[in-house]
Amino acid sequence: MEQNQLITINNLVKNFPIGKGKFTALNGINLTFKTGEFAGLVGPSGSGKTTLLNIIGSLDIPSEGYANVLGMNIGKLNIKNAAILRRLHLGFIFQTYNLLPVYSVYENVEFPLLLINMSASQRKKAVMDALDWVGLTDKIKSRPAQLSGGECQRVAVARAMVKKPKIVLADEPTANLDAANSHNILKMMMKLNEELKTTFIFATHDEKVIQYLKRKIKLEDGKIVKDEIIKTNKEL
Amino acid sequence: MIRFLFKGLLRDKTRSLMPILIVAAGVALTVLMYCYMTGVLGEMIETTANYSAGHVKIMTHAYKKNKAQVPNDLALLNVNELISKVQKDYPTLKIVKRINFGGLLDSPDETGETKKQGIVAGISIDLLSKNSKELDRLNIRDALRKGRFPEKSNEVLLSDQFADKLELGPGSKVTLITSTMYGAMSIQNFVVAGTIDFGMEMMDRSGMIADITGIQDALDMKNACSEILCFLESHTYDDLEAIDIEQSFNAKYSDINDEFSPVMSRLKNESMMSGYFDYIDNFVGILIFIFLFAMSIVLWNTGLIGGLRRYGEVGVRLAIGEEKGHIYRSMIMESILIGIVGSVIGTIIGLGFSYWIQEVGINIGGMIKDSKMMVPTVFRAKITDTAYYIGFVPGLFSVVLGTMLSGIGIYKRKTAQLFKELDT
Ligand SMILES: Nc1ncnc2c1ncn2[C@@H]1O[C@H](COP(=O)(O)OP(=O)(O)OP(=O)(O)O)[C@@H](O)[C@H]1O
Ligand SMILES: [Mg+2]
Repeated sequence: MEQNQLITINNLVKNFPIGKGKFTALNGINLTFKTGEFAGLVGPSGSGKTTLLNIIGSLDIPSEGYANVLGMNIGKLNIKNAAILRRLHLGFIFQTYNLLPVYSVYENVEFPLLLINMSASQRKKAVMDALDWVGLTDKIKSRPAQLSGGECQRVAVARAMVKKPKIVLADEPTANLDAANSHNILKMMMKLNEELKTTFIFATHDEKVIQYLKRKIKLEDGKIVKDEIIKTNKEL
Repeated sequence: MIRFLFKGLLRDKTRSLMPILIVAAGVALTVLMYCYMTGVLGEMIETTANYSAGHVKIMTHAYKKNKAQVPNDLALLNVNELISKVQKDYPTLKIVKRINFGGLLDSPDETGETKKQGIVAGISIDLLSKNSKELDRLNIRDALRKGRFPEKSNEVLLSDQFADKLELGPGSKVTLITSTMYGAMSIQNFVVAGTIDFGMEMMDRSGMIADITGIQDALDMKNACSEILCFLESHTYDDLEAIDIEQSFNAKYSDINDEFSPVMSRLKNESMMSGYFDYIDNFVGILIFIFLFAMSIVLWNTGLIGGLRRYGEVGVRLAIGEEKGHIYRSMIMESILIGIVGSVIGTIIGLGFSYWIQEVGINIGGMIKDSKMMVPTVFRAKITDTAYYIGFVPGLFSVVLGTMLSGIGIYKRKTAQLFKELDT
C-alpha cells in the first residue's frame, strides 16, 4: 500500500443483511485521500455516502476489500483501537449537530479533550482557540438550547476541531441550516482546512456544499461513477 | 471525566431526580411493608407467647412429651422454689404460673340438679395478685362482654358463647368436674364473674379462665403447676436471647433421665411455631422478590426510555472516541449512585413512616364491633435492624439491573446503527 496516503480503500464492498438476503450498499470502491483534501462524497439518496463515511470513520467495517485509515486496517481493528483512532485523529460533524444538551458550549467543546490526557490549562487554551475559530467566544456559558441552528453547528465544528484531528468527517452538515449559515460554516471549514491542513471529507447532496469542494466523488448505487478535482471555485 | 459526567447527571433531572424519586418511593414502600409485616406477624407471635408459649416455658420432660393431652398429673412440683431460683438466675425475666385444664362444666338448677353440661377447656392464670400483669398480657380487659373480672379465687370468666349455651350469666354458679393431679375425682363449685370473647373458635366454644389459686385447690396442685411461662424484658421474642436462656437453664436444672425434672423450651421450638417462623422468613423473602421484580421492570422501562433518549449522547461519545465498555460502565456507575441515593432517601422516609406506625399504630378497634381477646386490634409496625438495609436490595439491584438491561441494547447494537438512530 502507498504509505504516503492518508486513506486507502481497495475493492471495498459493504453488504447489509436484509431478512434472509443481503443488500449491497457499496460495491467495489477504490479510493485514496491525501492530507489536506477538501473532498465530498456526492450522489443521490441511498447511493452509499453515509455508509462509506462510517467505514472511514471506523464506525463500521467493510464486508469485503480493504480500508486503511492512517495506517490502520479498519476491517481488522478491534473496538479499543477503533476508539483510539477516533479519539486521537478523527472528528465528526453531524447533520443534527448532536450537542449534549445538559452541557454548556464550553463543556461540549471540552468533552473530546477529557478523553485524551491533557492538562487543565492546555485544555482551556485549546477550547478557547477552537471557539475563537468559529467565532463563539462570547457564548461559552450558553446551553445548546439557547443557540440558533447555525451557532449549534459552529459549536459542533469547534468540538470536531478542538483536538486538531487529522481528518474531519461531515455527514450532511448543512442540511438543517439556511443558506447564509451554510456558507458561513463552509467558509470556516475551508479556512481551517487551509490553516491546519486538516482533511475534510463530506457526504452531501447540498449544492451549497458542493460548490466549495476541491474534489467531488460521485456515488451511484454503491459505485463511484465520477471522481474529479475542481480547481477554480475558490472565490464564491 | 468523572466530574464531567457527574455534572451532566446532576443537570439532567430526568436522569437523576426522576429515577431517584422512583427508587426512593419504591424503597420507602419496601421498608414500610417490611416493618409493617414484621410488626403484624410479630404481634401474632406475641399473642401466642402471651397466651400459651411464653418466650420460654418450663415444664417437666414428661409433660412436654404429652403436652397435647394437658397431663396435669405430670406437672411441676415445688414451683415457688423453682421460680425464685430462676428469677435469681435471670432477674429480668417476667415469670408466671399457668395451669391448663379440661373437664366437665355443670350448670345446676336451684335444686342442684344438672341443668346443662359441657366440656370445658380452661386456663388458669394469676388473676388476683395486685401486681399481676396477666389481664393485660392476655388482652382480657377489652374482651369482657358481661359482668366483671374475678375478685375471688372461686370466681371465673367464661366464653360468652359457652355461657349462652349453658344458659349462664354473671352470678351463676357452676361446677367443674375434673380429676386432681393425683388422679382422684374433683368437684369444685365456682361463680361466673363475667363473660369474654376469645376470638378463637375452639376457645369460644368451651373456654374458661380461672384464677390459678382456685384451680390449684380444685386439682390438688398446691405449689404445683403445669407450665411456667417466662417473658423477656423487651416484650418481644428474641430467638438468640431465648436460646441462651434455654440452654443455660437446661444445663443447670434439667436431667434427661428424670422425666419429672424441669425442662425449658423456647417459643420457636413449639412445634406449631417453628413452621410459622419459617413462614415469616419465606414471606419476607417472597415480598422482597416480588418487589425487586416489579421495581426492576418499572426501572428497566425508565432505563429503556432514558437509554433511547440517550442514544444521541451515546452516539456522540462513541464518535468522539469513548469506548463502548467505558460508556456502559459509566452508565452502570450512574445507576449505582442513583440506587444508593434513592435507597438512602427511601429508607429514611420508610423508617419515618414505620416509626410512626410503630409508635401510634393503626387501630382497627373502631372497625371491629367488639374487640376480642386473641385478636389484636392495634397493628403496629416494628423496626428491626434489617429494616435499615432491606430497602437497598430492591433499590440498588433494580436500578442497576434495569440500567444493565437497557444498556445492553446500546452495547450490542452496531456502532453505525446507533448513528442511524442518532441522525434521524
Ligand atoms: N444498517 C443497514 N441495514 C440495511 N440497509 C442499510 C443499512 N444502512 C444503510 N442501508 C442501505 O444502504 C444504502 C445506502 O445507505 P446510505 O445511508 O449510505 O445512503 P446515503 O447515500 O447516505 O443516502 P442519503 O443521502 O439519503 O443520506 C441505502 O439503500 C440504505 O437503505
Ligand atoms: Mg446519508
